[in-house]
Amino acid sequence: MSELSPKSPAPAEDAESEPRPGRARKPIGWSTIIIAALVAVSAGLVWRRDGADGVLDILTHDLSLFGGILPRVLAGCLLGAFISEILPHEKVSRSLGPKSGLMGLLIGTAFGAILPGGPFTAYPVASALLAVGADFGATIAMVVSWTLIGYGRAVAWEIPIMGTDFTLWRILISLPLPVLAGALGRFVYVRIYPQPHAKDDEN
Amino acid sequence: MSAALLIDILLWGSVFGVGLIAFRRGPPVFKASLREGSMDFVNIVPRIALGVIGSGYIAAIIPQEVITGWLGPDSGWVGVATAVVAGAATPGGPVIGFSIGTVALKSGGGVPQVVAYVVAWALFAFQRVILWEIPFMPARFVWFRCAVSVPFPFVAAAIAMVIGKP
Repeated sequence: MSELSPKSPAPAEDAESEPRPGRARKPIGWSTIIIAALVAVSAGLVWRRDGADGVLDILTHDLSLFGGILPRVLAGCLLGAFISEILPHEKVSRSLGPKSGLMGLLIGTAFGAILPGGPFTAYPVASALLAVGADFGATIAMVVSWTLIGYGRAVAWEIPIMGTDFTLWRILISLPLPVLAGALGRFVYVRIYPQPHAKDDEN
Repeated sequence: MSAALLIDILLWGSVFGVGLIAFRRGPPVFKASLREGSMDFVNIVPRIALGVIGSGYIAAIIPQEVITGWLGPDSGWVGVATAVVAGAATPGGPVIGFSIGTVALKSGGGVPQVVAYVVAWALFAFQRVILWEIPFMPARFVWFRCAVSVPFPFVAAAIAMVIGKP
């Protein structure tokens, strides 16, 4: 149908209130408020326990951490934006959409496993995939694969801290999990959110 | 650290690669996605700032010893279930998560329990979910993914029990 028209909303994105497929966001949402409350309470408890020095120590440490992460967040956002722009919607919904079957889950898994970077890459890219027509199942496979068998965290953190033997063995155990998680996601999704949403756009 | 440098190179290399593809589709496509990505960045920075700068406080009030205590001698499925809860509750970044796993292994924690802990931490550590995943993704997807992920630390532990130690 009119899948190519830039104004038509992506099939899996009806939760997003924005007409533009999933990329523009409100700066403040309820989750931000919850996090802010959590941080304020925690900072208050630290202040009561360690005084103003304790609060300042953590603040300076986390500020420098934040400064280091910032360029990577920019890289992740750009990666997500470019990917959602260059991936053809109809091809993505065919190979990663609700009807993509096991192949879609395998593609999602492979994509998550080779994706470079950390959470600052994985989530913007996953969000871009959702916006251009991947279904929850394939996107879950991708996110779970990135977190469980992606090499980024394993090389940077797990191998140095837990050792090569444990890490490789743990990754071996995790190999089937992304596909299983994606399949379970798909199985549950079609039962929780029955057809009415997708119908108009799908056929 | 060289691994971090390697990852940065791969990351920016990928940005450059897809940017080049976008550019070859024509400068308007390139400009549009560049603007889109920058806007995402501007929108996301306050939330990431709140999360990253605030996470130190959250980590400071949940001491590591509490989490390590949960990964104690309990073996069997009760131990696995405790490990899953501990993984979800672990604050802080990968250093803390993996260090707790290592301490548990060295102090006699069972291998399937430690696997369950590491997998649960990777799948749905609350801090990563609220600091990273929710700012970037539709909240409905995030909760759905976490709910669907709950069985898998148990599956990993079961596989570990079957195939044995590393």
